[in-house]
Amino acid sequence: MLLVENLHVNYGGISALRGIDLTIKDNQIVTLIGANGAGKSSTLRAIMNLVKKAEGTVKYNDEDLTNLATMDIVKKGIALSPEGRKVFSNLSVEENLILGAYTVKDSQLVKEGIYKVYELFPRLKERSWQQAGTLSGGEQQMLAVGRALMISPKILMLDEPSLGLAPLLVNDIFDIITELHRQGNTILLVEQNAKKALEIADYGYVLETGTLVLEGGGKELLQDQRVQEAYLGEAAK
Amino acid sequence: MSLAEFMQHLVNGTSLGSLYALIAIGYTMVYGILRLINFAHGDIFMMGTYLAYYGILFTPIPWYLVFILAPLLTGLLGLVLEKLAYKPMRGSPRITILISAIGASFLLQNFGILVFGGRPKAFPIPGILDTTLTVSGVSVDLISIIIPIITIALLVILNFFIKKTKTGMAMRALAKDFETASLMGININGIISIVFFIGSFLAAVGGIMWGIKYPQLMPTMGVVPGLKCFIAAVIGGIGNITGAVLGGFILGLGEILLIAFLPNLTGYRDAFAFVLLIVILLVRPTGLLGEKTSEKV
Repeated sequence: MLLVENLHVNYGGISALRGIDLTIKDNQIVTLIGANGAGKSSTLRAIMNLVKKAEGTVKYNDEDLTNLATMDIVKKGIALSPEGRKVFSNLSVEENLILGAYTVKDSQLVKEGIYKVYELFPRLKERSWQQAGTLSGGEQQMLAVGRALMISPKILMLDEPSLGLAPLLVNDIFDIITELHRQGNTILLVEQNAKKALEIADYGYVLETGTLVLEGGGKELLQDQRVQEAYLGEAAK
Repeated sequence: MSLAEFMQHLVNGTSLGSLYALIAIGYTMVYGILRLINFAHGDIFMMGTYLAYYGILFTPIPWYLVFILAPLLTGLLGLVLEKLAYKPMRGSPRITILISAIGASFLLQNFGILVFGGRPKAFPIPGILDTTLTVSGVSVDLISIIIPIITIALLVILNFFIKKTKTGMAMRALAKDFETASLMGININGIISIVFFIGSFLAAVGGIMWGIKYPQLMPTMGVVPGLKCFIAAVIGGIGNITGAVLGGFILGLGEILLIAFLPNLTGYRDAFAFVLLIVILLVRPTGLLGEKTSEKV
């Protein structure tokens, strides 16, 4: 279980997060939805210590991750597939995956990991020797997710995996997230596509300008009038 | 010019080019990852040469071991330099770190003047290497043949390291994106240290061979070769290792052949590098093998 308490992040003098509490239980999909600039990415980045926390703690089970360096958080089994995919465009697909397993010492495990990712994304296998920069947007997203899976993460955090993808590909990505969930992965999903995210989520949080305004089961939030008005584009009846 | 003479110049140019290439790699690797022009690199090269000098003359260690130990120590020196002069300023504007690099360069030169003395010293060449070979009328120093061989061997090893090992992949990833590299669990500081170690190690190997070929040591001996190797790296496309090697060879061969064919221009030998730099930058601002920055987003 990943526990985030009272998380604050400031950029210069501006506060981006003002006290966020999240609980991500094992084998659940938890989603964090909200508008642009609400602080969704900042939350994930603060958990990974890519941005400095002004206040707050992050714990995985009983281990305190609050002040660990990013690389050590990765070693604890927390993986983030960053917003905008960020594949290493100058490396081949396979090299990207190998780097995803940088902290895995056992080369047999790395091989198995690559095999599993190729099973999940056959497209990547076809292109394993291609430079990642030459992949299409959807393929790059698959690679970014696959790369994050390489450490068999205890918590998989996905930042806007559907961003900039064609509708059909968006469905593919959500199918894969569902499949990963079925395999027992614990996932923290940040999405602008609130409807799809809530449909597959066990639990959801709604973020507005750095504060949590609403939380509840995925289906529950989907029915919530405020959520519908603000994020699902359905006018109040 | 007779063919024999031409061959001699060719060998000399190739060996000078090899030395430039070895030193240029350090510039380009550091630039590729930190976007920093390490102005102290030429002085690291000087330090490596002096370390070998003192190792041979003042320790009982046999010369061939000195030739391995001195580059290793120089590698460590480069690593420490980064920790002291560059790491504290990471994240500062690039100009700040650049000034720190210039400061580090002056510091090393003045350290050299203070400790090694300002007067030139003669590099102690091991007798076995101090011979001249004559093959069908072409006479060349043995070292001029050894230099390209060692250089190529080191380049092959470096290439394997960067292309095939996990650490090499991490270097390439770091050159692209620090933040995402850290999300892979890569120890950024560790990789940067390795890069400085490798660059300084190669510069010291170059320095030792330089000392054997041009056996006069001075604390400022790193300035001009340092500058030329920086130019070599820019000509080849800074950040690109193959480019740095190519630039080094072009510069070394060009310089020697220029003097050979146009002896009147001997005095302009050093100017050649700068003229070439200007021409290449006018025609191809990214350098010969400079990275195109087009990619799908």
